[in-house]
Amino acid sequence: MAEPTIALEIFRYHPEQGEAPSFRRYEIPYREDWVVLDGINYIKDQIDGTLAYRWSCRMGVCGSCGMMINGTPRLSCAAFLREYFPNPVRVEPLAHFPVERDLVIVMDDFMHKLREVKPWLIRGQETPLSEGEYRQTPAEVDEYKQYSMCINCMLCYAACPVYGLEPRFLGPAAIALAQRYNLDSRDEGRRERQEVLNTEEGIWDCTLVGECTTACPVHVDPAGSIQRAKVTATVDWYKDVLLPWGKR
Amino acid sequence: MGEAVSRPYRRTMPATWWLTNRAYFLFMVRELTSVFIAIYLVLLLVLISKVAAGREAYEAYLTFLGTPAVLAFHVLALAAALYHSITWFNLAPKGLVVRVRERRVPDAIIAGSNYLAWIAVSALLWWVVL
Amino acid sequence: MNPWQNTNSAADQMHEMLEHDILVIGGGAAGLRAAIAAVQTNPRLNVAIVSKVYPMRSHTVSAEGGAAAVIKSNDSLEEHINDTITGSDWLADQDVVEAFVREAPDELLQLEHWGCPWSREPDGSIAVRPFGGMTIERTWFAADKVGFHLLHTLFQTSLKFESLTRYDEWFATKLLVENGRCQGVSAIELRTGEVRLLLAKAVILCTGGAGRIYPFTTNGAIKTGDGMAMAYRAGVPLKDMEFVQYHPTGLPGTGILITEAARGEGGILVNKDGYRYLQDYGMGPPDPWPRLRAMELGPRDKISQAFVHEMRKGRTIAGPYGDVVHLDVRHLGETKIDTKIPFVRELAHRYAGIDPVHEPIPVRPVVHYMMGGVHTDINGATPIAGLYAAGESACVSINGANRLGSNSLTECLVFGARAGRHAAAFAAHHRSLDRAALAAQARDEAKRVAGLDGTDGGTERIAMLRTEMTRAMEEGTGIYRDEGSLSKACDVLRTLRDRFARIRLDDRTRSFNTELIAALELECMLDVAEAVAHSALARTESRGSHQRTDHPKRDDARFLKHTLAYSTDGAPRIDYLDVVITRWPPAERVYGR
Ligand SMILES: Cc1cc2nc3c(=O)[nH]c(=O)nc-3n(C[C@H](O)[C@H](O)[C@H](O)COP(=O)(O)OP(=O)(O)OC[C@H]3O[C@@H](n4cnc5c(N)ncnc54)[C@H](O)[C@@H]3O)c2cc1C
Ligand code: SF4
Ligand code: FES
Repeated sequence: MAEPTIALEIFRYHPEQGEAPSFRRYEIPYREDWVVLDGINYIKDQIDGTLAYRWSCRMGVCGSCGMMINGTPRLSCAAFLREYFPNPVRVEPLAHFPVERDLVIVMDDFMHKLREVKPWLIRGQETPLSEGEYRQTPAEVDEYKQYSMCINCMLCYAACPVYGLEPRFLGPAAIALAQRYNLDSRDEGRRERQEVLNTEEGIWDCTLVGECTTACPVHVDPAGSIQRAKVTATVDWYKDVLLPWGKR
Repeated sequence: MGEAVSRPYRRTMPATWWLTNRAYFLFMVRELTSVFIAIYLVLLLVLISKVAAGREAYEAYLTFLGTPAVLAFHVLALAAALYHSITWFNLAPKGLVVRVRERRVPDAIIAGSNYLAWIAVSALLWWVVL
Repeated sequence: MNPWQNTNSAADQMHEMLEHDILVIGGGAAGLRAAIAAVQTNPRLNVAIVSKVYPMRSHTVSAEGGAAAVIKSNDSLEEHINDTITGSDWLADQDVVEAFVREAPDELLQLEHWGCPWSREPDGSIAVRPFGGMTIERTWFAADKVGFHLLHTLFQTSLKFESLTRYDEWFATKLLVENGRCQGVSAIELRTGEVRLLLAKAVILCTGGAGRIYPFTTNGAIKTGDGMAMAYRAGVPLKDMEFVQYHPTGLPGTGILITEAARGEGGILVNKDGYRYLQDYGMGPPDPWPRLRAMELGPRDKISQAFVHEMRKGRTIAGPYGDVVHLDVRHLGETKIDTKIPFVRELAHRYAGIDPVHEPIPVRPVVHYMMGGVHTDINGATPIAGLYAAGESACVSINGANRLGSNSLTECLVFGARAGRHAAAFAAHHRSLDRAALAAQARDEAKRVAGLDGTDGGTERIAMLRTEMTRAMEEGTGIYRDEGSLSKACDVLRTLRDRFARIRLDDRTRSFNTELIAALELECMLDVAEAVAHSALARTESRGSHQRTDHPKRDDARFLKHTLAYSTDGAPRIDYLDVVITRWPPAERVYGR
């Protein structure tokens, strides 16, 4: 019996060849326990060494290997060929990002935005290490834990039509990470971050499509984080308007 | 080896992007419901002006409202309003995180309490109007 | 396009030399910690991080179980030192271990102060869990994604330092040594494919381990020993390379790790008869359980070795990817599994198709960690002035012949910080650079890299060579080795090196040429693999993770020494260096009681 095979149709683009992108079809062996990334590695090693893509951990935690798989943003190390077999699988670089080459996207934009939201603990007063840890109960950890799970895989940006239409939008992961610190009981930087969040390109660009949350492989729920940030910003606004004297 | 270049390729979103995926489509429908609600409000405002304009104008308008086409529109507008409200309430738990004694109140309860409030307000209006 | 930088862009410096005070090669736990330490030591210094992947992709991200440091009142520095030294089978330098244990708590607290979401006790203090080979539970954890949280905390914190520049997705190919001092590196900017010259007064190597020289490993694709190879070629010896850690519990097929925390929380290992076989190998009795430093909480070398014996006795379970035993956590119950080891459940479910709440997890030993690495002193300084190393790529000698689980993340922090501080002092006092000579070196290196594609008649496919290398390593330098298997591995590696000279690449272009990068990585792995095989061949004793069936006993008279492997034109030259013994004379390693 012939070994079963499966076709991968892969987006190819090379800046030096100056041509428009095209799809190339590769026929590879089909294995029950292979993920799409295994298939791509097979192509790279055995068929075509020119294919460019990113990967490392192959266990869903480094965030390198996001791709559009049949139109849906997925981690290629967590998407099994068996979910698609016997149909061909179409593999493209993550939507909405410029493409450097083949499946490699340019993610400078996110790296800038990440820094803009100040994703570090901000304290008025640093306590010396000799005084031990800042106390934080398990319930206080739970407040922000979910938002701290972001692996920066960019699937949510690829899922977000708002980001596709308005690239200046801060976007799901950056906002979720801002909220991760805002909700941390050790942090005192919420007002500072709010200056970036509470803007047109910040949380208010979001029209609540909710697809970022669906796409997120680690259940960060960025859509929820944005909604919560909106509620907080609104409460802040009422407080400032109704109790102007109570302003810090 | 060739020359060193970096020339990223930029893709654009097609105008039909919202037809490419079910979730995008449902989202678009939710956004479109606002059109129905806007038209409904216009009709309501006209109704008020007709009341002010006198009995005759009011009755003529009522007849207009009673035509099958306008009635059909109202059924659609009601459906749109319901769709919008339901999808919205189902999203409410995302924005609202309530804790009672250190435990996060489950999403179903938050959404449920929104529905309850909605029913209560509707009942109250019903009682006032009738 | 340019790397994204915290401060001004380097756009206008294209085609020129890029110059910094300190270059940190690697953006994992060790590299980020080193860079932050350097800028904090001297904020006027201009520090840059060069990394072949975005820092948050570094393999530190995959560490699951935890990081060790004494914080609880029932614990003591003395105990941590003692555990580490016995764990190392007395091959750790005791002065270094003392410094490590003493500085560990502050490093983990510093992480806490930077926002790391450590798991907590109900009163809000740090929670700890037991790990293998430790007398007292002292492993700090953040559920079972410790490396991930640690790395992202460090990376996000690093963003606030304005004097830190980053070269993300730049692949360092060579250390530039001139006048006896390391004064920079040449590196390929992946985006454009250009080979660039990066100058600095001090360089810190934090390039991680080399698990990818084996076919079956917990290590990600990027762990190819680049820094080890670069230092080795520059004349720095690689120390204790024969000590390769097998982790006892990897998922068959993929090699994905099931953390030791699964056993720390109470999981057990059973053979095909449901029997806790570790009691037959000097780690029993099985009860009471859980019990520290016993049974499933023994050290990794012994547990992995026990697997091989069980397999020879036919008591393991045959599977499609080789024999396995069962890691059973069912008795912990769903709630504990979901709060303490949720990632274990997710990984087992996704990659082994089983739910550990209801079924045991199939596992087998898997290559995990390199105890050896670039030879450094207690401050991370290598024998070449201006060159430092830290983290898994270095061998500062706290791990000796066997690392204890959860000591490595802490090691990255303690010695990353030390290397950062010392490099900062060095850079402040050595301001001159031999620019012309360095530029010439970089030009030669660019030529060498350009010539690698095999346009002049190459035929060998790199994937093929890689497969043959990993097979040779597995067959020759596995958990048990002997002279025959090791000599054979050395021979195969030699022929592979010759064949590497005749490689042919499909990709002759520049922008994001990952095939070229893979070729350079393979070249590094061949160097590292040779150092491992030759060091193992020369050590005719058994100690920790290095088990010679032809020399089954530990031999302190001849081998209470570190191996130093030096690069030559032929086989590596092997030399030895005495282990530093202070207060803990060698004794028998006792577990179970
Ligand atoms: C699955 C797994 C689980 C583990 N769990 C634990 C645990 O629970 N506790 C514990 O203490 N230890 C654990 N370890 C070990 C520990 O995680 C590693 O030893 C440690 O993270 C290594 O960190 P590092 O900074 O030295 O290297 P890495 O994190 O590997 O980083 C290496 C860096 O160097 C860069 N680099 C490499 N080569 C080049 C080059 N040529 N040019 C430019 N940049 C380069 C890479 O881009 C990367 O940024 C685990 C290891 C694995 C694999
Ligand atoms: S929020 Fe989720 S989908 Fe978005 S980058 Fe983070 S992990 Fe990826
Ligand atoms: S390879 Fe790391 S997330 Fe897929």
